[in-house]
Amino acid sequence: MPRLTQDETHPVRFTLNGRPVSARVSPRTLLTDVLRQEIGATGTHVGCEHGVCGACTVQIEGEPARACLMLAHQAEGCELRTVEGLATDDALSSLQEAFREHFALQCGFCTAGILMTLDALFLRQPDADEGAIREALSGHLCRCTGYAPIVQAALAARNRIKGGPIDA
Amino acid sequence: MKPAPFDYVAAREMGEALEALHQGGTEARVIAGGQSLMPMLNMRLARPATLVDITRIPELSRIEAKGDNVTIGAAVRQSTLERWPDLADRLPLVRAALPWVGHTQLRNRGTVCGSVAHADPSAELPLCLIALGGTVTLRRRRKTRAVAARDFFQGMMSTDLAPGEMITSVTFPAHQTGTGYAFREVARRHGDFAIVACAAIARPDGTATLSVGGVADTPRTLDLPADAQGLDDRLNEFAWHLQARDDLHATARYRRDLVRQLGRATLKEALSCRD
Repeated sequence: MPRLTQDETHPVRFTLNGRPVSARVSPRTLLTDVLRQEIGATGTHVGCEHGVCGACTVQIEGEPARACLMLAHQAEGCELRTVEGLATDDALSSLQEAFREHFALQCGFCTAGILMTLDALFLRQPDADEGAIREALSGHLCRCTGYAPIVQAALAARNRIKGGPIDA
Repeated sequence: MKPAPFDYVAAREMGEALEALHQGGTEARVIAGGQSLMPMLNMRLARPATLVDITRIPELSRIEAKGDNVTIGAAVRQSTLERWPDLADRLPLVRAALPWVGHTQLRNRGTVCGSVAHADPSAELPLCLIALGGTVTLRRRRKTRAVAARDFFQGMMSTDLAPGEMITSVTFPAHQTGTGYAFREVARRHGDFAIVACAAIARPDGTATLSVGGVADTPRTLDLPADAQGLDDRLNEFAWHLQARDDLHATARYRRDLVRQLGRATLKEALSCRD
């Protein structure tokens, strides 16, 4: 039976933004810490570390989830996507572009997690209405913008993704 | 906030999980989605010596509708149940309650049985299990047993689970024709812990039950006879009986008032939607 002992590090492998990665970590290492400290993917932020603030939200098998509420070894063999996976060839994604245009961030600490939640929402529900957007955002704390510009940016991004009018 | 050290066992089959739990005894804990356990580990409110991950055991990922029951395996995620095509037909009460369970980011990892194992007094899924009269199936190395939900929950975050034992599934009685169901909750923000949560079931013979979470140490149930006279008095008596306490989120008085008001509204909704 595969028992990972507490005093040693053990290999873990998963796919990050389409590329296979691996690291050696102890069983108690959180997914956030393996991403940031072992792999160097520091786009995923660490806030409350008990699942409340949403800053660490990443996509696991396409679904948004808290990286601080997951052990690195639980991600063995999983498909992970983080904020580093949104832009392609130095071009921001429609969602990131909309965030920039609508001033949907100030300090930017919560932004990575919010982008991963909204990106997953629009993949599953391309016509998500404002209610659905606000519902998805309820799992994130932003202390700067009061959410109004974030919702505006999300609506604009949705319209762009759907090919509708650019401004919400 | 990081967890204290532990050994981690990624069990591939039930035998491995049960053996690891047996060896670990009182120092071993099961982890599935981890959405209740990981915060406890991160804050070091729980410091198990061994964590047994059961999510890779194929037989625990099944939702089975058999006869009048729906059995949900210990590795079934809340979002998987939310997307189960038969949910509205078979478990209308659970369908109404699931959107209130944390946020979507938590339901994507959290399991139905994990919420039951955690036994938070304000949690929605234990409330539904008690309201519907469901059962919890428990297994240890050489023994399997089924416990009625009303006996399983013993107090705040305290259950009948024994050392070396794990929940393998929970079973909800499925929807009966002519029965109405309703779920309502008041929380500071949608997705936060319930200040008061109500689940009501109205049966074809006119009898009804109201189950309330968030007030006492475990969800409690009030059985109402057909054509209950003096409903307000019964709800008032029930509200006092729950021995609400003040905390950061609400006063005892506010909780009692919610039991009366939200309780009445939830019962009314259940009575009006009997099909």
